[in-house]
Amino acid sequence: MISNTKNNRPLIGAVLMLAILLIAPHLFYPVFLMKVLCFALFACAFNLLLGYVGLLSFGHAAFFGSAGYITAHAVKVLNFSPLLGLLLGVAVSSLLGLVIGWLAIRRSGIYFAMITLGFAQVIYFLSLQLPFTGGEDGIQGVPRGTLFGLVDLTDTMSMYYFVLVVFLCGFWLIYRTINSPFGQVLKAIRENEPRAKSLGYDTDRFKLMAFVISAALSGLAGGTKSLVFQLASLTDVSWHMSGEVVLMTLLGGMGTVLGPAVGALLVVTLNNYLAGFGSWVTIIIGAIFVACVLAFRRGIVGEILEKFRSWNSKDIH
Amino acid sequence: MMIQVFGVPIQALLGQLLIGLINGSFYAILSLGLAIIFGLLNIINFTHGAQYMLGAFFAWMSLTYLGVNYWVGLILVPLAVGTFGILMERLMLRRLYHLDHLYGLLLTFGLALILEGLFRQFYGVSGLSYPIPEVFQGGVNLGFMFLPYYRAWVIVASLSVCFATWFVIERTKLGSYLRAATENPELLQAFGINVPLMVTLTFGYGVALAGFAGVLAAPIYQVTPVMGSNLIIVVFAVVVIGGMGSILGSIITGISLGLLEGLTKVFYPEASGIVVFVIMALVLLIRPAGLFGREK
Repeated sequence: MISNTKNNRPLIGAVLMLAILLIAPHLFYPVFLMKVLCFALFACAFNLLLGYVGLLSFGHAAFFGSAGYITAHAVKVLNFSPLLGLLLGVAVSSLLGLVIGWLAIRRSGIYFAMITLGFAQVIYFLSLQLPFTGGEDGIQGVPRGTLFGLVDLTDTMSMYYFVLVVFLCGFWLIYRTINSPFGQVLKAIRENEPRAKSLGYDTDRFKLMAFVISAALSGLAGGTKSLVFQLASLTDVSWHMSGEVVLMTLLGGMGTVLGPAVGALLVVTLNNYLAGFGSWVTIIIGAIFVACVLAFRRGIVGEILEKFRSWNSKDIH
Repeated sequence: MMIQVFGVPIQALLGQLLIGLINGSFYAILSLGLAIIFGLLNIINFTHGAQYMLGAFFAWMSLTYLGVNYWVGLILVPLAVGTFGILMERLMLRRLYHLDHLYGLLLTFGLALILEGLFRQFYGVSGLSYPIPEVFQGGVNLGFMFLPYYRAWVIVASLSVCFATWFVIERTKLGSYLRAATENPELLQAFGINVPLMVTLTFGYGVALAGFAGVLAAPIYQVTPVMGSNLIIVVFAVVVIGGMGSILGSIITGISLGLLEGLTKVFYPEASGIVVFVIMALVLLIRPAGLFGREK
């Protein structure tokens, strides 16, 4: 009986979460919620790499932002449907992920972080200089269009549910990846790469695949965000954005399934409330970084899980 | 008659090469500091750019508010920035040595954001200017180009500091302790050397180098809160290209990449912002450990 309820727990949690997400736009400002969902997907995709393979990428804004530009351009100038535009954005960010990942996995640890940061800076320069990106202005007035010619996405509620479906698909894919044999190998690489190698796994290939999946889903999040805000801008490719997604993951709890989403909710809320206070956002974000690293490295969800674990072990003894 | 090289007037070429040499000196001095810190602490100091900015701001503030002249600033400011580094190491970084090195990167990144944010809040993003010291006003016409005295001084000063650092580390007893601590800190401690103190002072010195570069840079570039963050990303790429195994390697890589950037500005200006990263990609393909690096 006890083990039965335990197995049901994740299912109950998932149903509850879904119910909240379905009702939420009637209670809160839907555009804010869409922003949270986009960043939650971005952070979860990033966490696949940091939390489950142990690779700290400091350049994930490259994938998030470039997909935003490609989707915006495809929908606005090439008259693609929103879904096709998103797919093109994801295709480009995956391709970028393949190239950058292929180069970056040649080094590990701190070097990996510096290399991804450098390549993201190249994407930033390209976004500033390529003819179709609109330089400092970005791509503005991106039409949301209609989905399958049926659902009008200019309607905020329809857009919300579309973003929710995109988020759930992405989240489900990450969840499946983590809990698959492939995900087990990723965790093995995180814990002890030489041992994973000695067991016959081509660890570089696994790392590269994880990198590409992570880049693709970051692109999905970035493309969706450009549709929501009808804007693709330099902010989304800058190194500040790369830092912010690291913070979301760290604050929520790296290596936990829900942690990055919680972190995204907090960081987006913080950004919204402090938007009028100039550079204080940067200062506070920096301070949270320092606090997380010094005081609670497991993150919020990680700390809660740890509490539960210690209670459960007390029950047994 | 104007002399031309590949269709480019030689004055323009040499002018850009001079700017490249100056940027390269800054790359060298900053990547040198990063390499020394990394060697002993295994931490990549993300605050390095912010500390360079801090150096420039301290120089500007001490001149504006206290009337401290350039030469005194050149000595006092690095000391102040170095002290800031020492406090940082003692109060924060020290708690992270037993953890994954990535936490050091994250902590220093957070600190860099705080510093940059604070200065942006109080001084805005439009630059402040620091006057060129009187001794170095003007310049000399070399016939083929005009060389401002201050720029010549920056190159001489930064290269002297780089080579002095190299000399101390590679040729003196103190340096041999430092190299020993990089190789095997436990063993050195067993010989009765105070390794934790050495770690602190080394970090302080590396940070002071960034502050020194900041003072040198103040009269050339605008003093702005973001001057460090743009630079540090390039310096990271320089460090990846050179590999952090060798002091001389850092210096040579820094200067050559600065020159290369200058050349790119002449022949293909659009690419000058990314040329260093392109070289980084090539080095990763051909020699992943870096030009002067060793595989661990």
